[in-house]
Amino acid sequence: MTSVTGVPATEARRPPSRAPSRSRPRRGSDHAAWFLVLPALIPILVLSVGPLLYGVLLAFTDSQSGRTAPTQWIGGLNFRDLLHDSLFWESFRIGLVWAVGVTVPQFLLALGLALLLNQDLRLRWLARALAIVPWAMPEVVVGIMWRIVYNPDAGILNETLHDLGLGDGRDWLSSLSTALPAVIVVGVWAGMPQTTVALLAGLQNTPRELHEAAAVDGAGAWRRFRTVTWPALRPVALAITALNLIWNFNSFALVYVLTGGGPGGRTRLPMLFAYEEAFRYGQFGYAAAMGCVMVAVISVLLAVFLVGRLRGGDDA
Amino acid sequence: MRTSTGARAGQYVALLAYLVFLAFPFLWLISTAFKSPRELGSLHPTWIPRHPTLANFRQAFDEQPLLHAALNSLLAALGAALIAVVIATPMAWVMARRRTLLARAATGWVVVSQAFPFVLVIIPLFLVLKNLRLIDSLAGLVLVYVVWSLPFALWMLVGYVRAVPAELEEAAAVDGAGKLRTLVSVTAPLLAPGIVATALFAFVTAWNEFFFALVLLKTPEKQTLPVVLTHFIGAEGVADLGPLAAAAFLATLPSLLVFALIQRRITGGMLTGAVKS
Repeated sequence: MTSVTGVPATEARRPPSRAPSRSRPRRGSDHAAWFLVLPALIPILVLSVGPLLYGVLLAFTDSQSGRTAPTQWIGGLNFRDLLHDSLFWESFRIGLVWAVGVTVPQFLLALGLALLLNQDLRLRWLARALAIVPWAMPEVVVGIMWRIVYNPDAGILNETLHDLGLGDGRDWLSSLSTALPAVIVVGVWAGMPQTTVALLAGLQNTPRELHEAAAVDGAGAWRRFRTVTWPALRPVALAITALNLIWNFNSFALVYVLTGGGPGGRTRLPMLFAYEEAFRYGQFGYAAAMGCVMVAVISVLLAVFLVGRLRGGDDA
Repeated sequence: MRTSTGARAGQYVALLAYLVFLAFPFLWLISTAFKSPRELGSLHPTWIPRHPTLANFRQAFDEQPLLHAALNSLLAALGAALIAVVIATPMAWVMARRRTLLARAATGWVVVSQAFPFVLVIIPLFLVLKNLRLIDSLAGLVLVYVVWSLPFALWMLVGYVRAVPAELEEAAAVDGAGKLRTLVSVTAPLLAPGIVATALFAFVTAWNEFFFALVLLKTPEKQTLPVVLTHFIGAEGVADLGPLAAAAFLATLPSLLVFALIQRRITGGMLTGAVKS
């Protein structure tokens, strides 16, 4: 099992020139290709691409659940209402704070941990084994677990704070000022291993000889990191950061279980807001419009990431 | 590597801090699951239960249909994993071996689909499945899970296919084997471990999934484990901590087990994707 791990990674470095050198496909084999692709392509089109387009259409209608009157095309009315919906923009702001608040510390911690685990340390195996736990856990369980940790009466957090003489603690998830920071901590905890493992894999792809050569030349740790490690790690780091930002912005289960969006909407992420709008109040069209706005923002995030990546290519 | 003693010590302190941060919520969950109600009510909680008990587990099974929910989760996850892998493998092979427009479009879709806010997909899916009378049914959920796990399955599988040298397939073709024969007798066996890893990953993803299950399944008997777990938390957010911890702990075990098996392979698949894209 272990031996195969490196194989795809090695493969990734193979020069792309191989593919074009293959013989041009003949027409007969093109049919074969379609035959191979269709079993996956049809479900993708019917259950993913189709609904996505349908969702965009719904955003321009007054679709509601359980309504007897036919659904009508109302143009940009949902979007105009959204523009004036201060609750939505508040949830949007919270979503951005949450996405950045989780992604940035998570990246820094994961980078530190990955660099540590890349060293010859004795407890390395334990850290690797433990990293599986948050990664494999259902998000619902992560939420439940931290509710128990944060529990004001029987939770370990307040007790530890008390023992350390750091005050009597509080009801972290229900107080207006601490709820968002408290769920952000959980978000960092939950996603850190995945980021660590990705960065670690990236680190192991950087040639060791370069490090040693730099060390022989008298480069300090920071200099070696800046000139050898980081350039090699950069593509993985950027990709995982962009994905984390998007995943976090779209997240739902964790916060749903931890706070349900409360207290007073302080942790109501856009997905929670849209979920309530669609499945509690039945406003399908309006919720679909929210989804469209979220897609637009994510596209901007992606664009920024791509531009950053192209620029980075020039620097390096 | 030459590292000074001071730096070494600092590294160990940092590593220990990480270990504590990673482990303490999980250890606390386990500890809570084995505590008696009396100990849970104590003003100063202890790390190790003084009188460990299985009562919470029994109470958890009494309060909620956990076994039934686990069975539902198992069926949904198995169904989704099997179907996803069976349909994704041939497509991944085409994506890896051919530079056709189709293959490139599929790769683009894999990347873009990671960015969907599910709410934009779930509303229309909800309407469509309702019309097909597949709402509130495991079959409908499996369909959704299949498509939902396809991007990552394709991503992983393409990496594994690329790791099988194309020369092997060409050699078989030269020896007179047909396309299908080559695929089945040359490529598939080499791909098998990757396919298994992908299936297991799809299994865990579906086993852990919450949002779609929450929206699509209304009848309590049809709900999956993550949805049923949330029933332990009352409407006012009040929960009976012991049974809640016990049930949550049990729900994690299958994922942990499967993940421990495949974690290294996922890393490989993930890395290929990240470097390539």
